[in-house]
Amino acid sequence: MKILVCITHVPDTTSRIAFVEDNTKFDKTNVQYIIGPYDDYAISKAVDLKTNHNAEVTVLNVGLLDSDPTLRRALAIGADKAIRINTEPKDSFYVATQIAEIINKYRYDLILMGRESIDFNGGVVHAMVGELVNIAAFSPVMEMDINGNNVKISREIEGGKEFIETKLPIIAGCQEPIAEWKIPNMRGIMTARTKPFEVVEPIEADVRVKTEKFSLPPQKGNIKLIDPEQVDELVELLINEAKVI
Amino acid sequence: MAVLVLIERDEDKIKKTSFEAVSYGAEIAKKKNELVFCIVLGSIEKDKLKALGKFGCQKVIHVKDTQLDQPEIRSYANIVVKLVKEYDPEYIITAQSSIADPIAAILAVKTGSSLVTNVTSLPEVNSGCRLERGIYSGKAFETVELNAGKKIISIKKNASGISEYDFDPEIINSDLKPDTDAIELKITGNDKAKGDVLLSEAEIVVSGGRGLKGPENWGMVEELADVLHAAKGCSKPVSDANWRPHREHVGQTGIKVSPNLYIAIGISGAIQHLAGVSSSKYIVVINNDPDAPFFKAADYGIVGDAFKIVPKLIESIKKYK
Repeated sequence: MKILVCITHVPDTTSRIAFVEDNTKFDKTNVQYIIGPYDDYAISKAVDLKTNHNAEVTVLNVGLLDSDPTLRRALAIGADKAIRINTEPKDSFYVATQIAEIINKYRYDLILMGRESIDFNGGVVHAMVGELVNIAAFSPVMEMDINGNNVKISREIEGGKEFIETKLPIIAGCQEPIAEWKIPNMRGIMTARTKPFEVVEPIEADVRVKTEKFSLPPQKGNIKLIDPEQVDELVELLINEAKVI
Repeated sequence: MAVLVLIERDEDKIKKTSFEAVSYGAEIAKKKNELVFCIVLGSIEKDKLKALGKFGCQKVIHVKDTQLDQPEIRSYANIVVKLVKEYDPEYIITAQSSIADPIAAILAVKTGSSLVTNVTSLPEVNSGCRLERGIYSGKAFETVELNAGKKIISIKKNASGISEYDFDPEIINSDLKPDTDAIELKITGNDKAKGDVLLSEAEIVVSGGRGLKGPENWGMVEELADVLHAAKGCSKPVSDANWRPHREHVGQTGIKVSPNLYIAIGISGAIQHLAGVSSSKYIVVINNDPDAPFFKAADYGIVGDAFKIVPKLIESIKKYK
């Protein structure tokens, strides 16, 4: 089975978010970059599938040179080869078009990615890729059971899960608890250095949504602390001041 | 060049988040002097369709085919694409959901349009179309310009609020049928909690964390949620420990909520949890640790023992209601 895992290269979840150059660029100073946490589920699921399904796992990122350590980490976790499409991920459609090109070229039985990136939170690349390559896409997928060509998945919907049965190939946007996160071991880190690593140039594609500037949410005013013996006071504030109950 | 709003049903009801999408569409339509069309798929009573007029809808396109009673992404998208080609709207509005976003994505690819999700503001439409969306899991906003084709906008809860109108929408019955190609796919069921207020739709969310010590102590959280008609949430450690189901996990890797009021009980406020709640209008924190980081993000706080405070809070709310 051939598996493609698409990963993002994003600031760590605890990063301080700030912008520079008149709020037009993200401030990378002292920011640690990681594999997106949802993408971590995707790569972990793919590596699990190597054991029982004799899978070959390719990991893909649309990004510039600074993504390489993130791709190497995915190789260290257990992916067999890496592809980087050498361009900035400009918007969802642009990224989806690049991924679709790779799928059309190499063909995969299963395409996994995170449910969304934790920087731009678009959450639509899997569905766009699905439409571009005519493969059904599902997200967010919480469980996946593959038996031959048959796939059973559960997908999170509002208020619960939906159970789906279908056939490979599929595209899945992953989230917990699809697999346990894997941490690279020393052997993985050593072998990652020699695994195939291909850098390809992007194809031309529209950028349909253009970023103009960034902003931070307004600072919260000072908190009002209420005496634990005066709980009525909180209820009065919620009714009369906040007007939310 | 109308404004088209994709409505979502939950069984025989229209989802509350869709009402907000209609009002959002109506605001754009007012500025552009256009009509608001709503698309409703599958069986539903006529008075529920007429009720969309209260939120700003002028025409309802109802596609009745019973194959559409069960929501399924590809068959829904198939119909929506056909209707968009027929009515040629400039704007298409949806309320963010597990089905609306993938439909919007398919529509964007099929029609060469611009799609933005996670939208938190009304657009500026005087020249071009510019709007704000949430990024970095609620820690920042991005102003974007939509450049190509139609503008497809998927809004987050509380992006604009609901406005009142008194339109009597015309109902246009459509006989379209989904004709998706031969992808074998069967939705075999779901485990949706019946009767619960959905996190994605709730005006108020009551969440519990590790400070509650164990699943046996959730009775008071449930009672508080009941008296407030609120949805129940929890922190990641709580769902990881299986004290509560994953569908209640609020946070960066769980469900992101934007209610009017978020009440956090015994949750310290790790940055990943805050990312899931930071767009709430008001936050109340109840915690016995005065140094809990959550207090910094809160509007109101009580430092003290949740096991004493929450029952008092329940009594107090009952008294005022």
